[in-house]
Amino acid sequence: MARVVVLGGGVAGHTAATFAADWLGKEHEVVVVTPNAKWNWIPSNIWVGVGEMTKEEVTFDLDPVYQKAGITYKQAKALTLNPEGNASSDKPFVTIEYTGQGKVGKTEEVSYDYLINATGPKLNFAATPGLGDANGLGEFTVSVCTADHAVHASHELHKCIDKMKKGERQKFLIGTGHGMCTCQGAAFEYIFNIEHELRKAGVRDMADLQWISNESFLGDFGIGGLHMKRGGYAASSRLFAESLYSERGVKWLIGAHVNKVEKGKVSYELLDGSMGEQEFDFAMLIPPFAGVGLKAFDKAGEDITATVFAPNGFMKVDANYAAGAYENWKASDWPKTYQNPTYKNLFAAGIAFAPPHPISKPMSSPNGTQIFPTPPRTGMPSGIIGKAVAHSVCDLIKKGSGAHLHHASMAEMGAACVASAGKGLFDGSAAALTVYPVVPDFEKYPGIGRDLDYTFGEIGLAGHWIKHILHHMFIYKAKLNPGWTLIPE
Amino acid sequence: MKEIEKYVKPYDASFTTMVPTSFVKFFRTCKIWQFIRFIIINIKMLIVVRKSH
Ligand SMILES: Cc1cc2nc3c(=O)[nH]c(=O)nc-3n(C[C@H](O)[C@H](O)[C@H](O)COP(=O)(O)OP(=O)(O)OC[C@H]3O[C@@H](n4cnc5c(N)ncnc54)[C@H](O)[C@@H]3O)c2cc1C
Repeated sequence: MARVVVLGGGVAGHTAATFAADWLGKEHEVVVVTPNAKWNWIPSNIWVGVGEMTKEEVTFDLDPVYQKAGITYKQAKALTLNPEGNASSDKPFVTIEYTGQGKVGKTEEVSYDYLINATGPKLNFAATPGLGDANGLGEFTVSVCTADHAVHASHELHKCIDKMKKGERQKFLIGTGHGMCTCQGAAFEYIFNIEHELRKAGVRDMADLQWISNESFLGDFGIGGLHMKRGGYAASSRLFAESLYSERGVKWLIGAHVNKVEKGKVSYELLDGSMGEQEFDFAMLIPPFAGVGLKAFDKAGEDITATVFAPNGFMKVDANYAAGAYENWKASDWPKTYQNPTYKNLFAAGIAFAPPHPISKPMSSPNGTQIFPTPPRTGMPSGIIGKAVAHSVCDLIKKGSGAHLHHASMAEMGAACVASAGKGLFDGSAAALTVYPVVPDFEKYPGIGRDLDYTFGEIGLAGHWIKHILHHMFIYKAKLNPGWTLIPE
Repeated sequence: MKEIEKYVKPYDASFTTMVPTSFVKFFRTCKIWQFIRFIIINIKMLIVVRKSH
């Protein structure tokens, strides 16, 4: 009997664990180690953050689902990896610390034959003074990165709406809280949901909406922008983004590294080296992401964290980490199998893998401050990678160490994203986008790096309906309801 | 066109981009047209999903 341990019960980990349990059956054991008791459909946190959905609608208990799937569930966080075992045993293991199940604070060593690291991001609020600290989100801004954060954001938003109803003008500042952030798409969706909510409450005229981000052009989204066919042209996402911001009266400030947050004020540096400040009554600034800080040790107890993990804390996989400058980047730098190069029974999936380099062109101010988006790994790629990795691990277990590893390169896969504003079926609208491939391949598609037939986007009710369907479909799938394996990631 | 009058200001950043006319905005919320687009976008997304697996 082999044991597969999956670290993280988010999009990638849950996908990997549930498929692995399905494919391996009762002969082998799948263990999930994750600190959360509930699964969260994170994209719908945006609706929680404006009060259109409750936390309960975007989360569900993991325990009954894992019981149904025959998965051993440990509500705990992983602390350290020993991929060679220790002095007394050659068996690799992970040390975990319980966060629930009546064992809070207790540690345990869980041995494994294969380990999938899908621990997602550490929300690094501490990177920007005032945005937060080692304990997480600070007191001056809000976040929609977790369901609890989103509930808090909604409360603060409605306080502002009440003030506007009483005649007090409010300023909303939404975007990224550091020069090296990703996930601009989530902030983009949130600002337009707020705009919609303010209209609905009849207070839009009392609000100033300001976007602030580290993108060098609006519509970069951390993927170096994209092009779409429109009116016989291949038009840049910059045009569409600027158009939407103008239409909805949202001002934008780009190329910005927020370097300090205080009560009602952020300080920032721009790509041209100039410094400035923005005041706000309500701010939602995405923090930069890092790996969750797992440490690794060899058999002798020596720290080998730098061998297994990149300096940003994400796990090293089969990527080309030596590509160097932007001019040398290739689509083939991106990992295909997500296998750790040193320990072949270690894999990473979703945000937890270390990308070879960003997707957007790195830039810095004359002062040397780096200001550019780091690469996003959104829901669809995270799910696809999770499934491919589970497939490889199952084949290695069933067919032996020579089994073919499954490929899921972000330079060969697309992503569908729907950024919705509003939640009502007929009063909302959404920007529905697909991009293919996620990582531009300038050798295959010279000039714009993407296939124009499969990279498209439009605004309208249709995308909004798709967003609703995705919400219900992915929660249905994650609960392992009948037919779940047929629903694509 | 009200939004254009309200939000687009000469020589502001909003002045140098394209803004939708009432024609475009009508079709964004026209239920019959959006139903057709719903089918088309779904088919396109499914093709991208298939190509990605
Ligand atoms: C507000 C918001 C909106 C978004 N909207 C969209 C969208 O519309 N479309 C889209 O495609 N993507 C969207 N995304 C991105 C999407 O949520 C991520 O791509 C996806 O969640 C990444 O999956 P993951 O499994 O890598 O990480 P996660 O889903 O974050 O899962 C990581 C898991 O690891 C667990 N964990 C953490 N530390 C440890 C540890 N030490 N040991 C064990 N487990 C640990 C966590 O508790 C969590 O369960 C959005 C993100 C945000 C924040």
